[in-house]
Amino acid sequence: MPVLNIYVTIFQTFPDKIPDTILTILLMLAGAVGITVLAALLALVGVYLERKISAHMQDRLGPMHVGWHGVVQTLADALKLLLKEDIVPAAADKKLHLLAPFIVFSATIAAFVVLPFSKTLVLSKLNVGIFYVVAISSFVVIGIILAGWASNNKWSLLGGMRSAAQIVSFEIPASLSILVVIMAVGSLNLGDIVEFQNGGILHWLIWKSFPFNLIAFIIFFTASLAELNRAPFDLPEAESEIIAGFHTEYSGMKWAIFFLAEYANMFLVAVIASTLFLGGWSSPFGNFLNYGIFSIFWLFVKSFSLIFIQMWLRWTLPRVRVDQLMYTSWKVLTPFAFLCMIGVGFYMIF
Amino acid sequence: MTIGLTHFLTLSAILFCLGLFAVVTKRNAVTVLMGIELIINAANINFIAFARFTDNDLDGQIFAVFVIVAAAAAAAVALAIVLNLYERLKSINLDEADSLAG
Amino acid sequence: MGFYDLIFWLFAFISVASAALMVFSKNVIYSAVGLLFAFFGVAGIYVLLAADFLAIVQIMIYVGGILVLLLFGVMLSHKIGGIQLETGTLNKIPAFIVAGGIFIIFFRVINKTVWPLRTTAKEFNPTVEKIGTLLMTDYLIPFEIVSVLLLIALIGAAYIARKERVQ
Repeated sequence: MPVLNIYVTIFQTFPDKIPDTILTILLMLAGAVGITVLAALLALVGVYLERKISAHMQDRLGPMHVGWHGVVQTLADALKLLLKEDIVPAAADKKLHLLAPFIVFSATIAAFVVLPFSKTLVLSKLNVGIFYVVAISSFVVIGIILAGWASNNKWSLLGGMRSAAQIVSFEIPASLSILVVIMAVGSLNLGDIVEFQNGGILHWLIWKSFPFNLIAFIIFFTASLAELNRAPFDLPEAESEIIAGFHTEYSGMKWAIFFLAEYANMFLVAVIASTLFLGGWSSPFGNFLNYGIFSIFWLFVKSFSLIFIQMWLRWTLPRVRVDQLMYTSWKVLTPFAFLCMIGVGFYMIF
Repeated sequence: MTIGLTHFLTLSAILFCLGLFAVVTKRNAVTVLMGIELIINAANINFIAFARFTDNDLDGQIFAVFVIVAAAAAAAVALAIVLNLYERLKSINLDEADSLAG
Repeated sequence: MGFYDLIFWLFAFISVASAALMVFSKNVIYSAVGLLFAFFGVAGIYVLLAADFLAIVQIMIYVGGILVLLLFGVMLSHKIGGIQLETGTLNKIPAFIVAGGIFIIFFRVINKTVWPLRTTAKEFNPTVEKIGTLLMTDYLIPFEIVSVLLLIALIGAAYIARKERVQ
């Protein structure tokens, strides 16, 4: 990629003038800024897609005025939110009110660091890649609880605690279904997992150890929907019940940060699901178009299909009750995830 | 100076003493629990530092895994007790939990 | 100063400053936030000590489990009067003397002892596979005992925290 070549040439041009430490730090900062910009852009695209897809499913047109068919709509919204007044309730805890959106946003962006966009295009080749993603996502829970508490509002607190309970309950089936994949591959490194699936659609992990990996994929997808607080599990944000849950008292840029974090998280879950189960950046046709920029294309095709399915589910299914939610997590998804693990174990032994 | 074993041990000692201060001084039961968790983390740093800088290859890290698990179990049970205390006394101030005192 | 040293001082500063926030703050939620960043700093220290798997386990269990539990505990035992949870402190001076004394003793012992440091070079190897193998071979009995311990803690905590039925 030409961008990386620029960095390599910078490294080689100033070998003695800039000390090694400062160059490493600058490179890391540049990578961090790049990944933040990428995540924000993807979130903006996600918002536009949501509005258009939901509109067409509801037999209307969605944003049409700003730009051709409304493509600049999200940018206009972001500009408006930047200039909006930031209202903080008088009795709210100002420091925590400011801290909470940043914890949620930075945790979501930090998980983008290990995603492999192609064979060589990954910001950090962590050896414990997938485990790191699961761990960093648990920072989001703390951010949500702090947001609910800091608003000094009963509905926010209730929404925050409900959301935290929901995310923590659904982390277990999600982690177990990830474990199913790891058992087959034998490595936590996301690059290794995609290499394992290289070679066409029949090598994808979703078809191995049939039917257990397929069930694991469905469990992972459902559990991630709940972790994103998206319908049909969007009780913490239920507009008809607790106004807007934990982000009731947030306005302007802080609310925009929560919103962006949710859509970036949606994209993150889609990329993780396609990397683990659908082959990541590898082409479904074997070695045809399996290199360079086409890898990114394949990854985006798979992720955006999953995002389309997520949005489809949101605008089709009704919301579940909180006891049905807990029932789903503890009595349906977790036992099935254990069953998949045992099944894949048997496949590996025999 | 390069970072050696003594740096990690000193960091662990600082965290231990801060946790000890919290356990001895604070009156809120949950804050005492937080101090205990800090002490356990300090001890864990010790284990892992020794695993890296001495000849025992990974024994320290295995021990640290078990310490983390035991700390999680202890925190869960302690918080259940704190919640029960709150139900009875309507307060988690440890000074008010003195019905067994002489 | 090398990159490793810089990262060490950064994470040491994060850990100690957050632990100080936790200890000296009067608001319980601020203490919890301090503990959050202290756990994060300690996880960074683990990475510097070539314990990559353990750093992730630390974040997952401590931040994702224990800290959430602590926050729920604070919020469920808060009087619904809207008053800030103040923690009164007493015995501050004797506690400071004792903690300071213990720290001075630690410092002297750490600097005076001749530690049996390893002589071979230190590399940063991935530890996941080795820990897994060790858990299943050399340390199998503690592993099984600890899983029974977790089961007991789960059942016990769920039973103790149940609301008493008013007879």
